[in-house]
Order: sequence, then C-alpha cells, then structure tokens
Amino acid sequence: MSRSLCVKRSAPGLTVQDLGRRGYLSYGVSQGGAADPLALAEGAALLGQEPDSAAIEMASVGGVFEATEDLRIALTGAPMQCAVDGERLRWNASHLLPAGATLTIGSAKAGNFGYLSLGGGLLLPEIMGAQSAHIAAGISGAIETGTALPIGPDPRSQVGMTLDPAPRFEGGVVRVVPSLQTDLFESVEIARFEATEFRRDVRSNRMGAKLTFDGHGFASEAGLTILSEVIVPGDIQITGDGTPFVLMSECQTVGGYPRIGSVLPSDLPRVAQATASAPLRFKFVTLETAIAIETRATQAREALPKSLMPLLRDPRNMRDLLAYQLISGAVSGE
Amino acid sequence: MDTPVIRNLGYDGMLVTFGDTLNDAANRAALAFHKAVSDAQLDGVTEASTSLVSAYVRFDPLVVPHAQMKKALSTILATRDWYAAPPPEGRNLWRIPAVFGGELGPQLAEASALAGMTETEAIAALTHQPVRVQTIGFAPGMPYLGELPENWDIPRQSKLTAEVPQGGLCVAIRQLVLFPNRTPTGWRHIAQTRVRLFQPDADMPFLLKPGDEVIFDPVSTAELAALADNPKGGAVQEALP
Repeated sequence: MSRSLCVKRSAPGLTVQDLGRRGYLSYGVSQGGAADPLALAEGAALLGQEPDSAAIEMASVGGVFEATEDLRIALTGAPMQCAVDGERLRWNASHLLPAGATLTIGSAKAGNFGYLSLGGGLLLPEIMGAQSAHIAAGISGAIETGTALPIGPDPRSQVGMTLDPAPRFEGGVVRVVPSLQTDLFESVEIARFEATEFRRDVRSNRMGAKLTFDGHGFASEAGLTILSEVIVPGDIQITGDGTPFVLMSECQTVGGYPRIGSVLPSDLPRVAQATASAPLRFKFVTLETAIAIETRATQAREALPKSLMPLLRDPRNMRDLLAYQLISGAVSGE
Repeated sequence: MDTPVIRNLGYDGMLVTFGDTLNDAANRAALAFHKAVSDAQLDGVTEASTSLVSAYVRFDPLVVPHAQMKKALSTILATRDWYAAPPPEGRNLWRIPAVFGGELGPQLAEASALAGMTETEAIAALTHQPVRVQTIGFAPGMPYLGELPENWDIPRQSKLTAEVPQGGLCVAIRQLVLFPNRTPTGWRHIAQTRVRLFQPDADMPFLLKPGDEVIFDPVSTAELAALADNPKGGAVQEALP
C-alpha cells in the first residue's frame, strides 16, 4: 500500500488546504486557502517543510486517522483533544505517528480551525494550481470517511518539537484600515463600530464571519444603490440591516454592500479563530501603522523555523505516570 | 467622483475606477486597463481583475510601497484615452439556447410588466441582439451581461427568491446574470439554460470571459431537455473579429 493517511472517521468540515489559488479572480474565483494561514506556516515550520505545504484543516472537530507507514505529524491552529492509541498528544508540536496506530482528534478547546500537517506533505492532484478545496466554488469538497490521502516521501526525521503560537484563539482587538467606502459612514458610526464588542456568529464559515452585537445596525449613506465592486478577504461588509460580515478566504469576488473597513491580513486569523464566546473589537489604524504591523508579522512568520523548542515531557500531561521509568539511568552501569 | 481615479482597496489592493455608474465606455476602459496592467507585469503584483467599471490590482506592499504602486498605475493610466479603447481581443460570440417564461422562467411576466412590455415583446427585445459580458464575478464563471435598454432599469426584488437553478437567467438594473450554481437571488428569474459556466476539472474551466458577447436563442422546453447531456448545454461559439 502506498504511503498514505487513511481517514477512518471524518467530522464535517474536514478539508485539504494550502494557501489557495491565484490568477482566477477575473473569473470569479477567490483565492481560498487555509482559514488560518499562520497555523499552516506553524505546522510547516514544525516539520521543516515549505510554508505553503497542504495540510488537513479541521473545523471545530477532527476525526480518526491511521497511517500506512510511520509518519511525522504536526498539530497547529485551534487546540483540539488529541491522542495516539489513547496517549495524549501535545498541540503546537510535532510527533511520530507510527504505522497502524490510531490518531484521534476531537473537539476544539479554543478557536475554530485546527490543522494536521504531514511529514512529506499531502500529494493530491492539483486543480487549477492548488490542492485546496474551495467549498464555495465547488472545487473539491470535504474529506469523507474512508478516504486514503496520499503522502509524499519525507526526507526528514525530527519530531518532538514545539512552538509558542501567536495568540489568536480568544478574540481580542482586530486592526482594520479604511477602505473604499469607509467615508460613506459618519464618524459617529465609525466610533460606535470601534466601541462595540462583537461575537462571531456560529453560522460563520470559510466564506465569511457574521458578527453579532448588542444595539442597532450600522447605517451608511450608501443605501442600496452603490455599484457592485471588487471585494476581498478582510473587508467588513455592512448588509442591508446593518449587520457586519467579515469576508474570509472563500469570499465572493464582487459585493454590492458598503464596506466600513478592511481587516489586516495578519489579524484575519483572529477573526477566523474567534468562537462565540470570544469577544472581538475593531480598531482603525493608518496605512503606515498597518505596514509596520504586517512587516513584524511577516518577520515573525519567517522566523518560525528558528523558534522551535524541544518538547519537554510535562508530568501533568502524562496519562499514566507509573508506566514510565522515572529513575531509569540511576542504576546504569550494572 | 472624478474618474478615472486610483484608490486603495483594503491593505494590499488598488482600484482604478473609470465611472460612477455602469456604462459601456467605462466598462471597456476597465477591461483595456486591466490588460495593460497584466501585460506590464509590474513588480509586486500578485493578482489583477476587473469589476464592471474598475480594474483591481492586488500587490505586496512590503515589496512595492503604496506610493510606488500608485505611481506605476498612474503612468499606465496616462498613456492613452482608455474610454476610447476597443473591446478586448480574442472575443467570442456565444449562442446559448434558453427557455423563456413558463415554469422555467417563472418571473418573465412580472419582469416584462416592469419593463413596460408584453412577454413576447420582452423575449424579442432580449434576444434580437447580443449582450456583452461586462464582468465575471461574484461566483465562479458568473457573467454580468449588458447593457440592456433603459426600460430594463428595473430594481432587484426586496425579498430574495429562495433558489434559482444552475443555468438560470435573471434580470435587473439593465443587466442579465446567468448563475453557475443554484443560488438565492434578488434578481428576477426569466429564463433557463443548460450551460455549465464553471467546470473546475476541465482544461478550460470557464465558458465565458469578459468582453465575450452572448445571444440567447429562444427554444422550447423539449428542445432544452434534449440538451441535458450536451457538455456545453447547446452553447456554440464563433470568434468575433
């Protein structure tokens, strides 16, 4: 049997994701790709692979997996319950998944999107230049139970590494820049928008995050008459009843509702990963500040491979402490 | 708004807009400018597209700062009168069979009345000459077609139609749209085709491109049903000069 990962049980919302596809915007296909691209980069860093390697994206719940050969794996993004043959695994770390062992990934403890990256990378045929499923466009689909995912050869062997993920699973402040139609909103509405605490509605998906909040809808001068215009991930569209939607990676390519602002690319994972219990606030920054923020975020992402630390066993996380030979070595030399 | 105008769109985009409202000259200008920008292969540009009256450029501001990108776009903008640009080269004329009215076009009567015509007059008006693909967008391969005569400046419905089937032809605001997938919409559903506008596994995933022209050929329900297995839903193309 060829080197592969068998999906023994798949939760809904399991998809293959890389950084999506470029060049099809003119034809109505948005870039798509991982909802949390930073998690993809973290997984790649843990395995010493290219940052655009495809991984398995898990929306809130994972699944049960089994490898045909020993396989290096990395777990990043929303931390989820996870074990191999009953032994708990640390999140934000790389591990060895032995051939035939059962990898079980349960519910997210925080955040929404978890990632399972694979040593050697997924080797699915590319469609229109990428492996990513683009659910909204109908390119590929969710990973179904029973699927065997082909894995590439893995020249590396290092496992047992961890990293500190940038915080983004508990909501928080999301920085936005003004965009085309920000001026259609009066300054008092902008101020109220910045002062309001939002929650990501549970009906949100890879296309967009609907935001709920207390108070009346946000009003603009645009009414319903503005011409449909190019729309991009991060744009915050205010629909007819005044509800904000943050557009995500699989968004439509044109939109007819006014946009109050646009979320910085490095803060978009914070929106994607906010659960209904994680409050979000928005803060306008100037373009100059945005450039500084994105420069730092890019530097941090590029430094990920250098930020790895060996995974020390934490006795609190060991399921059966007595099973380990804690004093082994004390009698060496016998 | 004085046009053309270059504005920032989000953190990493610029939009060159050629009109406040949809018109043919602004649409041609946007398409021609988009081609010029694509051909120029500007540093830092990662994606370019068009909307109805604008050309969009996505770039990496950490590679090319905003001011430099704006200058590069301004330089291209100054090279000619974009409003006088001809439609793009390599265009096709498509003939697409469609059933107007009845169960397959349930809102033809309503839309015709709003346009001040009988159903028969409306079908004739919408099929006797080509409409142009002004832009592709919203959904994969989905064309906005126009521009229709002024009497078709009818509003979208305030309440959405729950579902229009794949290949449904709908009308509003002097435009036709043809849906690549079943979708809820505020546009009125007047006819049905069998075309598949987006096939991700095909060598050429998209049937139409901006600038193409389309003539809808009225056919009977039986004639359309006979096209069920036709990969292009009976659509035929010829190159436009």
